[in-house]
Amino acid sequence: MFSYAMRRFITTIPVLLGISVLVFLTLRVSSGDPAAILGGDAVTTEQIEAIRQQLGLGEPVWKQYLLWLSHALRGDFGVSYYYKMPVTQLILSRVEPTMVLAVLTLAVSILIAIPLGTAAALRAGSIADSLSTAVAVVGFSVPVFVVGYALIGLFSIKLGLTPVQGYHRLSDGALATLASTILPSLALATVYIGLLTRITRASVLEVLNADYVRTAKAKGLMPLPITIKHVLRNAAAPIVTVVAMGFASLISGVVVTESVFNIPGLGRLMVDAVLARDYPSVQAIILIFTVFYVLINLLADISYGILDPRVAS
Amino acid sequence: MTNKLLSVVDVSVSFGSGQKWKPVTSDVSFDIGHGETVAIVGESGSGKSVTALSIMRLLPERTTRISGRVEFDGRDLTAYSSAQMRDVRGNEIGMIFQEPMTSLNPTMSIGDQIGEVLVRHRGLSRARARKDVLELLARVKIPAAERRIDEYPHNFSGGMRQRVMIAMALACKPKLLIADEPTTALDVTIQNQILQLIKELQEEEKMAVMFITHDMGVVAETADRTVVMYNGRVVERGETSRIFFQSEEPYTKRLLAAVAPLDASRFKNRPVRYAEYGSDGSISRLEEEQADTVDGTSTPALSVENLTTRFVIRDKLFKRAVGKVHAVENVTFSIQPGETLSLVGESGCGKSTTGRSILQLVKPVSGTIRLFGRDLSNLSGADLRAERQSLQMVFQDPFASLNPRFTIEDALVEPMRCAGVDTVTALSKVPELLTLVGLNPEMANRYPHEFSGGQRQRICIARALSVSPKVIVADEAVSALDVSVKAQIVNLLLDLQQRLGLSYLFISHDMTVVERVSHRVAVMYLGEIVEIGPRAEVLGNPRHPYTRRLLSAVPIADPSRRGQRAAGGFHEIKNPIRDVDYVSPPREYQQVSDTHYVMAES
Repeated sequence: MFSYAMRRFITTIPVLLGISVLVFLTLRVSSGDPAAILGGDAVTTEQIEAIRQQLGLGEPVWKQYLLWLSHALRGDFGVSYYYKMPVTQLILSRVEPTMVLAVLTLAVSILIAIPLGTAAALRAGSIADSLSTAVAVVGFSVPVFVVGYALIGLFSIKLGLTPVQGYHRLSDGALATLASTILPSLALATVYIGLLTRITRASVLEVLNADYVRTAKAKGLMPLPITIKHVLRNAAAPIVTVVAMGFASLISGVVVTESVFNIPGLGRLMVDAVLARDYPSVQAIILIFTVFYVLINLLADISYGILDPRVAS
Repeated sequence: MTNKLLSVVDVSVSFGSGQKWKPVTSDVSFDIGHGETVAIVGESGSGKSVTALSIMRLLPERTTRISGRVEFDGRDLTAYSSAQMRDVRGNEIGMIFQEPMTSLNPTMSIGDQIGEVLVRHRGLSRARARKDVLELLARVKIPAAERRIDEYPHNFSGGMRQRVMIAMALACKPKLLIADEPTTALDVTIQNQILQLIKELQEEEKMAVMFITHDMGVVAETADRTVVMYNGRVVERGETSRIFFQSEEPYTKRLLAAVAPLDASRFKNRPVRYAEYGSDGSISRLEEEQADTVDGTSTPALSVENLTTRFVIRDKLFKRAVGKVHAVENVTFSIQPGETLSLVGESGCGKSTTGRSILQLVKPVSGTIRLFGRDLSNLSGADLRAERQSLQMVFQDPFASLNPRFTIEDALVEPMRCAGVDTVTALSKVPELLTLVGLNPEMANRYPHEFSGGQRQRICIARALSVSPKVIVADEAVSALDVSVKAQIVNLLLDLQQRLGLSYLFISHDMTVVERVSHRVAVMYLGEIVEIGPRAEVLGNPRHPYTRRLLSAVPIADPSRRGQRAAGGFHEIKNPIRDVDYVSPPREYQQVSDTHYVMAES
């Protein structure tokens, strides 16, 4: 198992390097002076000269890349001239809300969708099954912002249970954070609940017909252990895939949700940075998102190995 | 009453839902006494497995209706609630299934899967259960139990997995073991070991066994009493010896005829047709030896010289070669026009790869393949396709080898179109082809799912014949079929050989069929031919130790000869995986008689 995990990890290294080259090149292949582009609209000549020095623009491209990579590895992505602060610091201040939102969304989706999908499969063809299908279809048909505003309308404005918008940091108390992120998480989760319910149902339904499930029944096991140990574990691979893909693509969903709920996360920063043509920030965010994506996939791969010993051997 | 352990009384099962219920079995009745072995025998669709599942109440509740009564150990199981049944299953009645490859949970260690039963029914802690599991593994003779207990099913061979299944079913010392085709998916030598193991354990535990099988040979080896089922009904039941020797029931007689050992004194050299039965069950055509079709003087239809096929095993990360599967190693044989050579051996011996290499579906590493003297090995593309028309293949699974979206006509026309025949001519040949294989030409516009397994295999044969081949490679072509259908298809193949002078390379593990169809037999073991010669000599006077082991493992369909077979030793089939730089040792063959050769022991 450990060697399998190491093998998977090693294979991600070339991918990560490839991404870094691409991100590095986006600026070098665009027309114009990279230093001027990085500086943005309101940059002075001295600042451009400083940037040029820092990037080593006089050097050959491969040297520039190594220089850039060594900076990036140390967490130095340069300075955002738009926000007037180092990019790293800027991003760090925005990571927390996005991560809280993503993790909460995922937790809500998994906790609702997997039991729902499993129950639907166990009672395939019943009214409850059809109902769960209907819920799922509605879930992934209705746009996030519609759900978002509907939730705000109901829980924040009518019932006054949660803040309308904004974000409370974890350092201000976890409960306040939860109150400020539960609605956006629910809004984001509707799509994933729909998707995950369907995938879980299909995957469980297939495993239910497997010979080893019949064996488990012939052993006289109770229904719950059969469902958990024999069915769900074998049905897990497609579910894990969807969860991983969902987690990664949550980031793009976060852009809209953060706007609707006015949460100062990475999604908002991304939109603002693009609009302001703040290249250092955009570059760093793209790199972080893609690295994140690769890591999530790595985690998914490793968990296949944990779930199914045949994969790891 | 006291000596009956299980009484099944008028049990009928129907599947369906709402208003539509389709009866699957009707009024099935039989008894099993304490410590007794009762075989339930029948072909697919006879309802034997459904009967077993209905006793265990393992059929899906929403879509199944069961009537009748099942009494077990003096209690009426039909009145039991689901919860009560759960206490019976795995505890008082153990069950093992046909497919050892899929009947174990791939994501749980075998120790946990066996231990689970003890935790559930005996209330043991996991640590305590583990001790018992080690004992159970030793009892089902799994070597190195201490180490293997934490391994997963994919680390075990089919025979070993079936031992794990048995350990699981016997963990709680049940009074009754239901074995649903437990050895059907296994090689004969492994089947032999498993049957012996069940017998030994049964004697130790004084346990009754309900043995479900389609194989009369296995019935003769194991059962005290036998219940014959056909089409959802019990057609006959009684002492096994009475069923075998005094049965008046036409269906039973037909089942028996399909496995009856060939009378070696009457039939020597040529293939023998199975007897045919009329609709009333009486014999309409006796078994008969075929006329001589072999043209011994001309160029061989197919000759294979030093054929070697290897597969490279690669390291997952760097794709380095780490080993080689020596699937086919230096195989040499030839087949005359009109002759049948059977290639026999157990799974993994390389017999199918040999067939596929001959057709160049797998590229061999070396060797020459000649078709009527013309070398196929160096051909490719259009030339190869043209030559290959006279060399066709029929596969094992008639359900998987026909495209479900093609009508029968499409399936038959396609190879002809590939051979450059124009559509009109090709279409006009379809009725003729269907008649040739005994099907009604009006069926041409139907789809494969509308046909039974036997009919589909006829279609596959017609498809192979559509381009007028001279040689047919039949890879386990009758292995997936029920015994009575098997006999019909074998007869069809033999008739076609008579009419068209075909040569067959008949690849099979089923010795009862090989005995009938072959002129000559070649035995393969670990990629090599260990013995080759005329059928009567190889089967009647086997010289190589492996041939002897293989033949002695085949169950004899004669209850009076039970126990006469030498107890097979413990053999795990080895695998032909070798180091990258392994050099195969040179082999020499000893001539036993004119055409009978045996590999010399190295």
